[in-house]
Amino acid sequence: MQIIKDKAIVEDQWVHFDGQGDLPDGDLIVSLDVWQTRANELQGRRVGLQLEPDQHPKDVRDELANFELIAINFPTFMDGRGYSYAKILRDRFGFEGEIRAVGDVMRDQMFYMQRCGFTAYEVKEGRDIHDAIKAFDDFSVKYQVSADEHIPIYRRR
Amino acid sequence: MYKYDENDRRIVLERAAQFKSQVERRLTGALKEEEFRPLRLQNGLYLQLHAYMLRVAVPYGLMSSTQMRMLSHIASKYDRGYGHMTTRQNIQFNWPKLDDVPSILDDLASVEMHAIQTSGNCIRNISADQFAGVIADEVVDPRPYAEIMRQWSTFHPEFAYLPRKFKFAFTGATTDRAAVQFHDIGFHALKNDAGEVGFKIYVGGGMGRTPMIGKVVSEFVPEKDLLLYTEAIMRVYNQFGRRDNKYKARIKILVHEMKLEEFTRRVEDEFTALLEEGGLPLDQAEIDRVAAYFVDPAYEDLPEKSASLDQNLADNRDFSFWYRQNVLTHKKTGYAIVNLSLKKPGVPPGDLTDVQMLAIADLADKYSFGEIRSTHEQNLVLADVRKDDLFDLWGALNASGFADPNIGTLQDMICCPGLDFCTLANARSIPIADKITSRFDDMDYLYDLGELKLKMSGCINACGHHHVGHIGILGVNKKGTELYQITLGGSAGDDASVGKIMGPGFDEDGIVPALEKILATYIDLREDGEEFLATYRRVGMTPFKETLYANH
Repeated sequence: MQIIKDKAIVEDQWVHFDGQGDLPDGDLIVSLDVWQTRANELQGRRVGLQLEPDQHPKDVRDELANFELIAINFPTFMDGRGYSYAKILRDRFGFEGEIRAVGDVMRDQMFYMQRCGFTAYEVKEGRDIHDAIKAFDDFSVKYQVSADEHIPIYRRR
Repeated sequence: MYKYDENDRRIVLERAAQFKSQVERRLTGALKEEEFRPLRLQNGLYLQLHAYMLRVAVPYGLMSSTQMRMLSHIASKYDRGYGHMTTRQNIQFNWPKLDDVPSILDDLASVEMHAIQTSGNCIRNISADQFAGVIADEVVDPRPYAEIMRQWSTFHPEFAYLPRKFKFAFTGATTDRAAVQFHDIGFHALKNDAGEVGFKIYVGGGMGRTPMIGKVVSEFVPEKDLLLYTEAIMRVYNQFGRRDNKYKARIKILVHEMKLEEFTRRVEDEFTALLEEGGLPLDQAEIDRVAAYFVDPAYEDLPEKSASLDQNLADNRDFSFWYRQNVLTHKKTGYAIVNLSLKKPGVPPGDLTDVQMLAIADLADKYSFGEIRSTHEQNLVLADVRKDDLFDLWGALNASGFADPNIGTLQDMICCPGLDFCTLANARSIPIADKITSRFDDMDYLYDLGELKLKMSGCINACGHHHVGHIGILGVNKKGTELYQITLGGSAGDDASVGKIMGPGFDEDGIVPALEKILATYIDLREDGEEFLATYRRVGMTPFKETLYANH
């Protein structure tokens, strides 16, 4: 599957594992539940953790070093909690790995997402990923500081 | 007023281009309506009963004559020749075609206007005291802070998909004219004992189906912390605001359910964390830079008294009534603040035509430094008029239809568009407003009634602010019949209160007689010089109910 990562279209190296059956090969993205229940089997693997909108990253703050990647799910693009989570992961918890938006991800949200600290996007099925990647060019002006810009606009003038 | 720099200009142009592509994707079917809906709403584009409706942002109610002329152009080119001033100081057009909206946005951008965040589940366009900067009772001019907040909230990446719409209002005067206690966040700019500027911040006010008065989350947030503290509030709301039920998603419900103490604790914790992770205070240099756009215009040094004004007041009774009712004292001697009434029988409250817009733009240029303000009570203001010019201006306003001397009277009612336009409405409100303003058109009677805030909404969402009317009217639909429920005792001012429902509603023919009875009761009961709201608060609901429902 193709995803957008660091503003380029790439083949995804990660496998979403839903916790059913044996662990597949490769680098796995798992839910908090699977991470907790199958921790032993996941030892030594490259693991990405997927958070749901009601799972605040502060609850896994002490475990963040275990994860190469944090995926944040948007079951619906209208649920905006994930923006705050990404921002907190970056600016408060200093998470430097990949933060990936999954679920109902469309180009119209991606400009905001990258400003909050997302670096990868699984564009919603059926959407043109080549169209979506243009979203980063929608705006050249950023009024506020955020995860991508720590100097306010008036100090950049 | 604020003038765009290169960044401001670029962002509205880029927004227009982005929205154009979104409209194109909608028209080709690449975007489904449910996907397009939140996108268009964040750009103030509604799909109403008969057509699209575009709400154009008027940040904190300030417009230039150039902008007003462009609004006139849009009304005549893309609409049916009129616009409607809203209770959020914006202007909306009722009949644009979807394919025309990108062109309208380009036209707006050419005069430093846009429709960004006038709707949708984001931080909405910011409102403020319409007399900011010119009124004598002002402590801090809130306009620079409102502008700083406009920029901060524009396309804020973290808060574009909130649980619900989110409204800010600013005041900096001793009298609150911006209804800050009925906003998601109300900012009351003030000075502490040391003379430093800060904000008393209210959260969780609002109307709708669960009206609530805002609660104080901080008595004094220093100006340097304005943005970080607001970010803390927004982040707590974004995380904990309910998303399971849109009627319970507003911050007022969160503050109510979480309790103010717990909400405040979380905000303070978040604020502390933001500071610890290196959150930057607002630079004084930036406050000063933005404030420089709001310095006084080139006022002349004029005497307090204007001989020609006094002569005209003595000679012309109609002019003197207008002066008493629609003109306010300016902080600068020799100047006056002029309210333009958009209320009269036969015209929906807040409506004005393209021709009238041009006339107002010309009058603003001639008499008021080319600036126009909109009010949350759906009127307009020329804020800096020389007293010597008032008589001439009054003549011109008479000619263009804005000199009705009814500001603050029962005729000056707030009214939502109702069932004639709105998909949410349960009942008509514009025709009812017309019945009321036509029936109560005896100015002597209206003046005798004194200050009376009448506000009407065509549904429970309360766009017409009925909860805070001294007399409120709420249109409901009962078994296919439009009924109008009356509330008494609301106020959006410093003495904020939510009106109480009197009893069963009245049909279209019954609502005017019901108002007559309420007003007659007030006149019977009032003490010398007592306004309606004071009488109601003294005597309570019972005597009003007794006369109103005597024969029921």
